[in-house]
Amino acid sequence: MAAGVAAWRGFNVTTVRIVFVLIALLGGWFVPVYVVAWLFLPAAGAEATIASKARNDSAGIRLAVGLASLVVLVLLIAGALNDGRFITWAWPQVFTVAGLALIWRNAPAEEQETLRRLVEPLGATGGAAPSRRLALRLVIGGVLLAAGLASLFSAHASLALLRPLGGVLLVIAAIVLVLGPWWLRIARDLALERQAKVRAEERVDIAARVHDSVLQTLALIQRRADDPQKVIQLARMQERELRSWLFEGRDPGDADAVTVAAGVREIQQDVESRYGIPVEAVMVGDCDLDENLTALLAAAREATVNAAKWSGASVISLFAEVEAGEVSVVVRDRGKGFDPEAVPADRKGLAESVLGRMTRRGGTATVTSAPGEGTKVTLKMPRTVTAGRT
Amino acid sequence: MSMPRVVLVDDHGLFRSGVRAELGKQVEVVGEADDVQPAIDLITELLPDVVLLDVHLPGGGGQAVVQAIKAGHPEVRFLALSASDAPEDVIAVIRAGARGYVTKTISTAELADAVRRVAAGDAVFSHRLAGFVLDAFAAAPSPDVKPSFDPELEQLTGREREVLRLIAQGYTYKEIARELFISVKTVESHVSSVLRKLQLSSRHQLTRWATERRLA
Repeated sequence: MAAGVAAWRGFNVTTVRIVFVLIALLGGWFVPVYVVAWLFLPAAGAEATIASKARNDSAGIRLAVGLASLVVLVLLIAGALNDGRFITWAWPQVFTVAGLALIWRNAPAEEQETLRRLVEPLGATGGAAPSRRLALRLVIGGVLLAAGLASLFSAHASLALLRPLGGVLLVIAAIVLVLGPWWLRIARDLALERQAKVRAEERVDIAARVHDSVLQTLALIQRRADDPQKVIQLARMQERELRSWLFEGRDPGDADAVTVAAGVREIQQDVESRYGIPVEAVMVGDCDLDENLTALLAAAREATVNAAKWSGASVISLFAEVEAGEVSVVVRDRGKGFDPEAVPADRKGLAESVLGRMTRRGGTATVTSAPGEGTKVTLKMPRTVTAGRT
Repeated sequence: MSMPRVVLVDDHGLFRSGVRAELGKQVEVVGEADDVQPAIDLITELLPDVVLLDVHLPGGGGQAVVQAIKAGHPEVRFLALSASDAPEDVIAVIRAGARGYVTKTISTAELADAVRRVAAGDAVFSHRLAGFVLDAFAAAPSPDVKPSFDPELEQLTGREREVLRLIAQGYTYKEIARELFISVKTVESHVSSVLRKLQLSSRHQLTRWATERRLA
């Protein structure tokens, strides 16, 4: 509004604001008038006024009336005790409070943000530390209040003062009795409304997740509809990602595997997404990884990648079993296979690295294959620690 | 052999129409249902050879359907199907009396084959179910398990274990027979025996294990 006046009269905005504050200190009616203007005049650049939104906010209107009645009550009591300049100034603030409550709930987001920043230091803002600080503040406030009252009473030691005070207390009791439940209901409504807001936020979070993953994948699938291999790959990737989020509470790409089963799953995912060949993984039992088992998984990964690259099979099966004495992994495909006696030089290297990895740590590796019969790689590693999850 | 008569029970209409279109030439799809109660009514009315049953249905698990039908019509056979592989759900349907379990990602040819085998009275284990069963029978029975009338039910034999391992590795029955130098019939009888143990075993593990596994 200061900006509006400034534009109208051609003054500096800051000057106008300072003048406003000074007037507000002098006359009690200026502040509520300002607030009402805030409600009914559209802000620069905005189309609707806050009041037009507030009309539909019944909870907000109830809150405003409730707050105003609270202020009235406080002022009544204050007026009974003392009749000074402050009280005359304060009466119009009943409207200020009601107006501010409506603005608070219906103002555009950025104005709400400003208000919140202004009010934040006064109230609790959640979290453990701030609420402890709030409690401390309340205690100190309470002590100060008690001290103030005590000094008041000791200063005016006449009993005549206590009689009107008793009347005031009765009036307060009556008003609280009549209006209390209503205030309580307003407070409860506000709490309910906040809960609904939290739920809505959760929904938005899930919607965002579904959008980022599922909808994107569906869009990709539509575009790749002519390439069935790619479609299958995308669908499987999405299925796994969704499953690990839903059932294991894991975000895709979380941390390194710490157990055999998790490691096998990782191999499955990597090979599927990198080579586009489905890997049917079956895990029996599970145990934590140690150095030997990590080597076993590295060998299994190499065997799986090998099958994906060379076998030409449409699916690779990956089977891992954890037993009391050993852990075994079988990688199998129904691809073109090869004659182990006549391995080309470039593949011998790989076979040897799988074999070498295993034998160096006391494990075994057997490769069975024949042209046209597919390939089967069996890896076995004895367990050093027998205790574990089975 | 005439085409087996099949009822589809799945809450996803899209999936039902997909399966119907794919299987149409190889089996006779006589009806569809989308929930537990309609499924029970329809199956009692039509008495199909095989029911393709989704493990997850809105009005209770698939096992509710199996239990309701098994009592009055033991000749109706069930093949469980699911997209999610939570082991406890799958094991529950099998223990209720389903003759097998396959995942929804199975190819049409394999699904048709599985339906025919279930119709013929065989058990159908997918690689995943084989893994679950091995897992369930892997640990030694814990001391608090009550001794059942037949201790033989509580343990898999070495041969059964071998057969299950090969199934878990993606072997077909024919390939298993060749690998183990036994006949396909013998493979089938091993699988049926595993199915029987799975359904009759009193091991608490079979139900409790699944929850433990989830935590692991």
